[in-house]
Amino acid sequence: MELETLVIQFQDKNHAAFEKLYGMYSKSIHGVVYNIVKDTAIADELMQDVFIKAWHKSDTYSPKKGRFFTWILNIARNAAIDKTRSKAFKQSKQNLNTDYFVDIIASHDNLDDSTDAIGIKKFVTELGEKCKAVIELLYFKGFTQKEASEELQMPIGTIKTRNRNCIQQLRDMVL
Amino acid sequence: MDIKAYIESGILELYVAGQLSETENQEIYDLLQQHPELLQEVIEIEQAVVKLTAAASPKANGFSSIKERLSTNDTKVVELTPKKTNWISYTGWAASIILAAGLFWTLNQKTELEQQIQTAEIENQYLETQIEDARADLAATKNLLNVIRDKNIIAVPLGGQGDFASSFAKVYWNKADNTIYLDAEGLPNAPKGKVWQVWSLTLNPLTPTSLGTIEDFNTDENKIFSIANANKSEAFGITLEPEGGSTSPTMEQLYTLGVVAAAP
Repeated sequence: MELETLVIQFQDKNHAAFEKLYGMYSKSIHGVVYNIVKDTAIADELMQDVFIKAWHKSDTYSPKKGRFFTWILNIARNAAIDKTRSKAFKQSKQNLNTDYFVDIIASHDNLDDSTDAIGIKKFVTELGEKCKAVIELLYFKGFTQKEASEELQMPIGTIKTRNRNCIQQLRDMVL
Repeated sequence: MDIKAYIESGILELYVAGQLSETENQEIYDLLQQHPELLQEVIEIEQAVVKLTAAASPKANGFSSIKERLSTNDTKVVELTPKKTNWISYTGWAASIILAAGLFWTLNQKTELEQQIQTAEIENQYLETQIEDARADLAATKNLLNVIRDKNIIAVPLGGQGDFASSFAKVYWNKADNTIYLDAEGLPNAPKGKVWQVWSLTLNPLTPTSLGTIEDFNTDENKIFSIANANKSEAFGITLEPEGGSTSPTMEQLYTLGVVAAAP
């Protein structure tokens, strides 16, 4: 309920509401774009652009279309993927390292010592390969179920249930 | 509806991932309004995903980093590029207009100057003619002066006669070259059909000899006429005669008469 109010205020161009939403999601959006572009400076810029874009086209969002987080996540993935397709980006990043989000999380020494961080690190180290791949594709890369099933050579139904189990494990560890 | 089975299907995880169609999203939205346990499930899934994705970020900037950009319209890159293009095209247009105006102006100037040169040339020719005329005049006057100053010259004043007392004339006689110079400025213009006739006279006996008529009297400017005279003249007279002149002077029309002073 509180989120709905915030979103409505945000759509009314309320800076305070927007700041709150930013506080809730900016790190996630940064994580998603960083996982795609693999460059801190570019990820910083993209993350800012994503929120500015959200602010200016806030009237295009409707709760009926999905969660606010999902909406902004979608803007972020598209912006990051557009960036990787740009000529300048391709020239500067000819050999993008192929780390998955799990590798990034596992290699973080500077993760804050919150229980979340510890839980997530534990989660990614214990997570099965199939789980890592499904979460990577569906949440970080924005693949459709069909694309993910082709990529991982798994039936669509399996993608759906496996994803459910993986997220369930994550919830058990971080919530 | 079996809520538990619906949750177990994994569709809510896909909903949060943004992998469903618009219709499915709409359906789930409606269900969430009716079933709080479904909403709770979605919120938890979202929270887990938010934490997981946040953990993939090496760092994230504070809100202040974007705050100042909220009131501006969009990214700077978009604004700058068309501005640049506009400058170039504006400058181009301005330059071509100025160039065209400049060319037009120069052309006008050229035509005007050509006209001025032509006028100046005409004026020049006119002035040259005047100078030439003035020189010719000067030469003629000098010549006249020389004639009058010549030591061989005898000056004979001719006084007005009878009704024509106000008339006068002067003869300069150069005996060396048998020429007289008649200064007839004191005579009026000859009326139509009449002409001035000059006479050389000997006194004893009185014999007039015609030296000729002055045909161009009225048009001559300085009224000085040079006339040949080989006679041993003792006096000179001028009469007004019918056109063509007479063989002997009409004494009633004798305007001026002067006697040559006896040689010393």
